[in-house]
Amino acid sequence: MTNPLIIVENIVKKYHRGAEELTVLNSLNFTVYEGEFVALMGPSGSGKTTLLNLIAGIDRPNSGYIFVGKDEISALSEDKLAEWRSRHIGFIFQTYNLIPVLTAFENVELPLLLTPLGKSERRKHVEIALSIVGLADRMSHYPRQLSGGQEQRVAIARAIVTDPTLLMADEPTGDLDAKSAEEVLILLERLNSEFKKTIIIVTHDPKAAARASRLVRLEKGILKEDIPTESLDSARFAEAASVFVEARPK
Amino acid sequence: MAIPLKYNVRNLFVRKITTGLTVLGIGLVVAVFLSVMSLSEGLARVFKASGSTRNVLVLRQNSQSEVQSGISRNQVPLILTLPGIEKNIDGNPLASSELVVMLNLKKIDGGASNVTLRGISEKSPLLRPQFKLIEGRMFSPGLSEVIVSRSISERFKNCRLGDTIHFGVYKWKVVGIFDAGGTAPDSEIWTDVEGAMNSFKRPSYSSVLVRTTDKASRDQFIAALAGDPRLALEGKVERVYYDEQTSTAAPIKFFGIFIGVIMAIGAGFGAMNTMYAAVSTRTKEIAMLRVLGFSRLAILTSFIVEALCLALLGGLLGCLLGILTVELALSGVTGTTNFTTFSEVVFAFRLTPKILLTGIILSLFIGLFGGILPATQAAFTKIILALRQIE
Ligand SMILES: Nc1ncnc2c1ncn2[C@@H]1O[C@H](COP(=O)(O)OP(=O)(O)OP(=O)(O)O)[C@@H](O)[C@H]1O
Ligand SMILES: [Mg+2]
Repeated sequence: MTNPLIIVENIVKKYHRGAEELTVLNSLNFTVYEGEFVALMGPSGSGKTTLLNLIAGIDRPNSGYIFVGKDEISALSEDKLAEWRSRHIGFIFQTYNLIPVLTAFENVELPLLLTPLGKSERRKHVEIALSIVGLADRMSHYPRQLSGGQEQRVAIARAIVTDPTLLMADEPTGDLDAKSAEEVLILLERLNSEFKKTIIIVTHDPKAAARASRLVRLEKGILKEDIPTESLDSARFAEAASVFVEARPK
Repeated sequence: MAIPLKYNVRNLFVRKITTGLTVLGIGLVVAVFLSVMSLSEGLARVFKASGSTRNVLVLRQNSQSEVQSGISRNQVPLILTLPGIEKNIDGNPLASSELVVMLNLKKIDGGASNVTLRGISEKSPLLRPQFKLIEGRMFSPGLSEVIVSRSISERFKNCRLGDTIHFGVYKWKVVGIFDAGGTAPDSEIWTDVEGAMNSFKRPSYSSVLVRTTDKASRDQFIAALAGDPRLALEGKVERVYYDEQTSTAAPIKFFGIFIGVIMAIGAGFGAMNTMYAAVSTRTKEIAMLRVLGFSRLAILTSFIVEALCLALLGGLLGCLLGILTVELALSGVTGTTNFTTFSEVVFAFRLTPKILLTGIILSLFIGLFGGILPATQAAFTKIILALRQIE
């Protein structure tokens, strides 16, 4: 738990909207250690998704450095980044983003098509991933035949099937009812504690954040608070989280 | 490894109506193209199958066809003395002096058309091994009798066995029906050459057909003919002569390719429209695939493959429609005008495997044309923007 896995150094991210320039992240520094489960919180528009995308290698900063493991991903070209993502990142989306014309099995198999694994090995990996998320009996179901919670669990199986270095999730429970959200959170917690996955999730949900080992709060692109969750008693936690709940636009 | 093919195929079947309409459009284009090409192929085949490489057709210098040529009676013995001509068992040279006349005859299904009447000598059938009398008997010289090819007898009035053909003041009795195995005489009526010259008051023959022993003697004969200043004649290898007549098929082929290309561009824009719609409804999916690590090239390939599958379905439908059209609607023999001799040429629409393959290739080009821009757009999807897009 002591080795740094992600080092974000002085990153600046700007967006241009017409002639306007919007600085979303301004000289941000941030470190994540191996085996951490980080909840990224903050008001809407504070730059959470932007930061997550930068660490996942989906987007690139205007300046600064991002190291993940030994790789300086801020120096990789677009094509190199795609290849790097396939090996190191499992990404979970708020809207699941399963492919409707592929079965649960085929959706989970997709990332493995980028590996040198043969057909039978791929099958084994997919079966393991689906049984971890508790959906081994739904392999041949299409996404439309699954509930939202089941779809998100298939998406999690897709994210873990290549055994990536990092699991990233952007509001993974945002579209789910309370019960399904709970199941997904328990699953993420288990992936962290049992399978030692390093996880970063963006969330507005204090219940989700409570599962994490560390709570990081962003405000207008600046790190405001960075605390291990075990140090928070429930009253203080609710207070910290309530800020985000209020800030969430509906 | 690439994005699996089933992803594309299933997506095509999800959009049943758009896919169906696009496939139908491409199918119709391919079917029309196939029909025109099969017409051109049928025509070309008549001429291609015709003529031996050992026969030499002697014509007056610079005549395009037998109709324009003339060879006087006293030139014939000179021709026969030239070297290279094969001798019959009786020692006589294997050569036939012939007269070609155009008759304008009425068709059974209305209208009229020119038909070649060929005056032949008794050697003619020997020079044309495909010739076979299939009904009745050979004409008797001097009695105004004719034998008619089967396809002419089926398509022109008064040409059946036992009928009498009227043309101007002339009357010929049909005493036999023959078949020439798809070669040029299948569009002809034959009678004896002397009788025909008398009837039409022609002082000279149209051509002399000569059989040579082999390639060397053939070239020797042609050279000797060209080198004889008294004659002013030229010899053409019979096969080459008929190949040149194939120029009738060339404009049809050109026309076929021309409308094929025009219509294919139309169908290509249809396919492009369908593919643009496919890409824009799947933008988020594409972004997700990119996040998983699929390269831009993989996305590009995948959507081009999808367009090709779409077009291939159209191509297969087109082949099916083409086969049905040619077999059902255009089956049997048909005639058209040979633009060199203005005579009726009998041929059948021919849908060869090669033509069907051209149809499939055409459909794939339509797919490529329609797919390349949408696929490029898909490949350059902005991941971040697409992921923010709310469904
Ligand atoms: N492609 C873009 N072009 C212009 N501005 C952008 C773009 N992407 C994000 N922004 C802006 O950058 C800021 C940060 O966006 P970001 O999505 O990171 O916030 P967030 O913390 O994830 O918000 P939310 O909680 O609503 O998801 C916002 O003001 C947003 O409008
Ligand atoms: Mg966000």
